[in-house]
Amino acid sequence: MDDLYREVIIDHYKNPTYRGELDPHDISFEDENPLCGDQIRIDIRLDEQGKVSEAAFSGHGCAISQASADLLLESIQGKSVDELKQLTKQDVLDLLGIELTPVRLKCALLSLKVLKAGVYGVNQATDSLVEE
Amino acid sequence: MIEETARDLNISRIREDFPILSREIRPGVPLIYLDSTATSQKPRQVIEAMDEYYRRSNANIHRGLHTLAEEATAAYESARERIARFIHARVARELVYTRNATEAINLIAYSWGRKFLQEGDLVILTEMEHHSNLVPWQMLAAEKNLRLEFIPVREDGLLDLETYQALLELRPKLVAFTQMSNVLGTINPAKELIRQAHQVGALTLVDGAQSVPHFPVDVQDLDVDFLAFSAHKMCGPTGIGILYGKEALLQEMPPFLGGGDMIRKVHLRSFTPNELPHKFEAGTPAIAEAVGFGVAVDYLAGIGLESIAVYEKELIAYAMERLEEIPGVTVFGPPAEQRGGVTAFAMKDIHPHDVAQILDTYGIAIRAGHHCAMPLHEKFKIQATSRASFYLYNQKEDVDRLVEAIYHVKHIFGA
Repeated sequence: MDDLYREVIIDHYKNPTYRGELDPHDISFEDENPLCGDQIRIDIRLDEQGKVSEAAFSGHGCAISQASADLLLESIQGKSVDELKQLTKQDVLDLLGIELTPVRLKCALLSLKVLKAGVYGVNQATDSLVEE
Repeated sequence: MIEETARDLNISRIREDFPILSREIRPGVPLIYLDSTATSQKPRQVIEAMDEYYRRSNANIHRGLHTLAEEATAAYESARERIARFIHARVARELVYTRNATEAINLIAYSWGRKFLQEGDLVILTEMEHHSNLVPWQMLAAEKNLRLEFIPVREDGLLDLETYQALLELRPKLVAFTQMSNVLGTINPAKELIRQAHQVGALTLVDGAQSVPHFPVDVQDLDVDFLAFSAHKMCGPTGIGILYGKEALLQEMPPFLGGGDMIRKVHLRSFTPNELPHKFEAGTPAIAEAVGFGVAVDYLAGIGLESIAVYEKELIAYAMERLEEIPGVTVFGPPAEQRGGVTAFAMKDIHPHDVAQILDTYGIAIRAGHHCAMPLHEKFKIQATSRASFYLYNQKEDVDRLVEAIYHVKHIFGA
């Protein structure tokens, strides 16, 4: 537990670097976890080479969902759209560096699902987007 | 305060009946179960009766002529009779076994609602309904073009009875409401709501999922037309519940599910339905669960619902007092005198999922989320709450441990 709520997660939850909204944006998507009502919107701007120049998230939810969104956006700076498509569940878990129960896994993966739904231009952030 | 009722209720003896309460969640961390509103724990009497049924008497019920089938049928029907006495029903055939309270409400919507409700008819619900007493009516309303109206919940967690008066003037066909909110703990004035509904010719359905386990419910005194409740919230097993209905109403209703046991005669192109209550019980039912349900009501009746209700009221008063003392904690709902043993609360800047997860490390089981009442949370403009709930096996020490652990949550979040 001390692991689950280790300082880096509490810190990203309380003082996120990438919280906000970008308007205009090149990619934007929003969805929620119906189980707990956690909600995340991600906005992305791309540079001329099609790489992430700016990213921001907004919404509300538990420490795990919000911290993982902040960590995820930190990790995608400068990445190409193709690279975003390659992101997996394991990438997010590596960022968090913690073990998660199946329920909390949904919190942790919400931001990745939202990101990939936006990148793929689909209308719903489904679990299949983040399966290996 | 609690020591006083201990004369009526021997809590340490009661706790010994529940094997799960001696479990440790991890070495040295005993379970503190504060999630009985979701499902109650089971006394060994219930567990042993179900085990014994499978070891000695297991057979399919009705029509069987061998000893086991007769024993199984007798056990199944005897449980129905004891549950009927528990809610003071006139006769046992007014009780239909269902899977749970949810299925019981769906049965009313599909069978009674489809036959007796017409386009434009009004059904009154409340804003504090569990999804189980909301979605079946939304589905039926979409199918039949019904009108749904809602008794508002006031800021203090009580129903707005003035608006109810106004809604009744619109001549509803049905008023369906929970007797006790699973989030706010509010105990609604069911008898009065029913009396007023009857005055304008409406029928009434009470969701008793939270009330029947926790205080005496007398269907004849309430004069309620339909009552739904689940075994698993009252010391019984999962997978079985009850729909109570006044006999004359159940008689007029068409069957719900078709299949074996619900028929008297079947031809290739037609059937004649069986008599009550079997008309509504298609297929092999949850027999062992009925046996367990019967023992559960015996267990509760043996302790006494009055004593349980008094004890829970003392526990919840103590819990609310302690929780409200914690800076940054908001408790929702009415004062202890008007509620059962449930309290939903929010912690400033800390999400309920984080609260629940950290409490789990202290062995404390609470629930976090919208508790199947999303519209109610919308009303109070909160996404989710943490909920602690109490039953006859909880004790004052559980509240103390909860409060201690909440301070740990605050510490972790630097709040």
